[in-house]
Amino acid sequence: MGSTHTIETVAGASPSMVLNMGPQHPSTHGVLRVVLELEGETVMKADPQIGYLHTGIEKSCEAKTYSQAITLTDRIDYLAPLSNNLGYCLAAEKLIGLEVPKRAQYIRVLLTELTRITSHLVWLGTHAIDLGAMSVFLYSFREREEIMKIYEYVSGQRMMTSYFRIGGLALEPPPGWLERVQRVVESLPGHIDEYEDLLTENRIWIARTKGVGMLSATDAIALGASGPLLRGSGVPYDIRKVFPYSSYDEFDFKVQTATAGDCYARYQVRVAEIRESLKIVRQAMEKIPSEGPFCAEAPGVIPPSREEMKTSIEGLIYHFKIWTEGFSPPRGEVYQAIESPRGELGVFMASDGSPKPYRVHFRAPSFVNLQSLRKLCEGRLIADVVACIGTTDIVLGEVDR
Amino acid sequence: MRKLQEWDARSVAEVIESRGETTVVLPREYLFPVAQYLATEPSLKFSFLSDIATVDRFPLEPRFEVNYQLLAIDLALRLRLKVKLAGNDPVIRSVFPIWPNADWHERENFDLFGIRFEGHPNLRRILLPDEWEGHPLRKDYPTEGFR
Repeated sequence: MGSTHTIETVAGASPSMVLNMGPQHPSTHGVLRVVLELEGETVMKADPQIGYLHTGIEKSCEAKTYSQAITLTDRIDYLAPLSNNLGYCLAAEKLIGLEVPKRAQYIRVLLTELTRITSHLVWLGTHAIDLGAMSVFLYSFREREEIMKIYEYVSGQRMMTSYFRIGGLALEPPPGWLERVQRVVESLPGHIDEYEDLLTENRIWIARTKGVGMLSATDAIALGASGPLLRGSGVPYDIRKVFPYSSYDEFDFKVQTATAGDCYARYQVRVAEIRESLKIVRQAMEKIPSEGPFCAEAPGVIPPSREEMKTSIEGLIYHFKIWTEGFSPPRGEVYQAIESPRGELGVFMASDGSPKPYRVHFRAPSFVNLQSLRKLCEGRLIADVVACIGTTDIVLGEVDR
Repeated sequence: MRKLQEWDARSVAEVIESRGETTVVLPREYLFPVAQYLATEPSLKFSFLSDIATVDRFPLEPRFEVNYQLLAIDLALRLRLKVKLAGNDPVIRSVFPIWPNADWHERENFDLFGIRFEGHPNLRRILLPDEWEGHPLRKDYPTEGFR
């Protein structure tokens, strides 16, 4: 974040104009400021300035126990809270060496795939509204709301779910939740067809996205881009396939790629990913056993059940110890990456053997993907900057943490 | 890993295998050549820099540990490089010429830890305002800030 900004002018070059876009610009999806150097209406250089939403989450994590810090992870990427929960919990479980029961793993997969769908729906709606297609926004938020209701039914919260806990889940999912998922899974494919009817062959949509925001595969890798931004440039890198976690290797799905490397290609990738996620959700619904533990069995790490706490002395002691002091993973460091809707969400966690994480670092996909904005905008018109910001699918909460 | 030792055995100070992850501890002056070797060697091609994360071990010395998470997409291989830096001299060579996305990662570590990356073209604060004092993720910086 910089309060002043200077751009060196090259002697002899035609005079350029510096224009400030944001932080209160509607197309910046929050508080992103982009300093544009223009020649006429052509963008010579776009320089994103970030930090307006910095809340020091990594520092706060160090002052909380491992379980308490889960609530902070919801707030990093507020459009995909469950993905963040999953990344954090997997890192902590790797640190402790904890095996999560299969049932909890499948439920985690199902819910994170629903998260991917909601996140892509928000992206689709806002990206379309940025480029002048109002109705898609209204439709996609309607469908998103149905999935948010599932979150609320399962975890008690629409957005800040904190439903995944170290070792498994916070609660047994309520009865009848799979029927609700079933209803969404049945209705959603038709709705996606609706969006595609509105956009895929829409001439304005094509004119605004095809050939705009070009990113070659080499540039994407050099800029550390991940997620649909990388796959839209033809690199089939998906962590769910390459480094499977949470039993993703048992699911049958395809990594969606497109080769053009423009905004339209990334649109195709994301829409295809919604359909692919639905496929995974359907498989997960079949796989989830109706009964079984939702949390690992690990005294001293996982809180005992209510009943155990009230009837056994060990249960009471563990309950008291876990909720007052926390648990202490062995010393060491881990890096756990998951495929969040935006790309590689990495959690670097270091333990010094105390009940509080010594250091937690989030490798936020939005933060890294935003770096490629400069490349995407170069030589394009101002109107394309809006398309380019939209296509990177950033969440400013995650960029600034 | 073996390749790295064959290439230049002096470059590797220590190898840590833990929880399925490989960490190579490097002396500071070897970071840049090793990084360049790993990124360009055709049989390895660690062309993707995932992340740079610093850990402050205050009051121990050497105080800072800078961790580089590398990824070889074709081989599906991850590797962590670790460099330890003394508290009174947290300077390290920038890997920006090798991986352009190190730009913001290094600025973040400069901003929050005060690590100076030599050769970085634009080492300014990134998340905090330019006039901010101190580096908040250091362990001697109180969580509630200075009052």
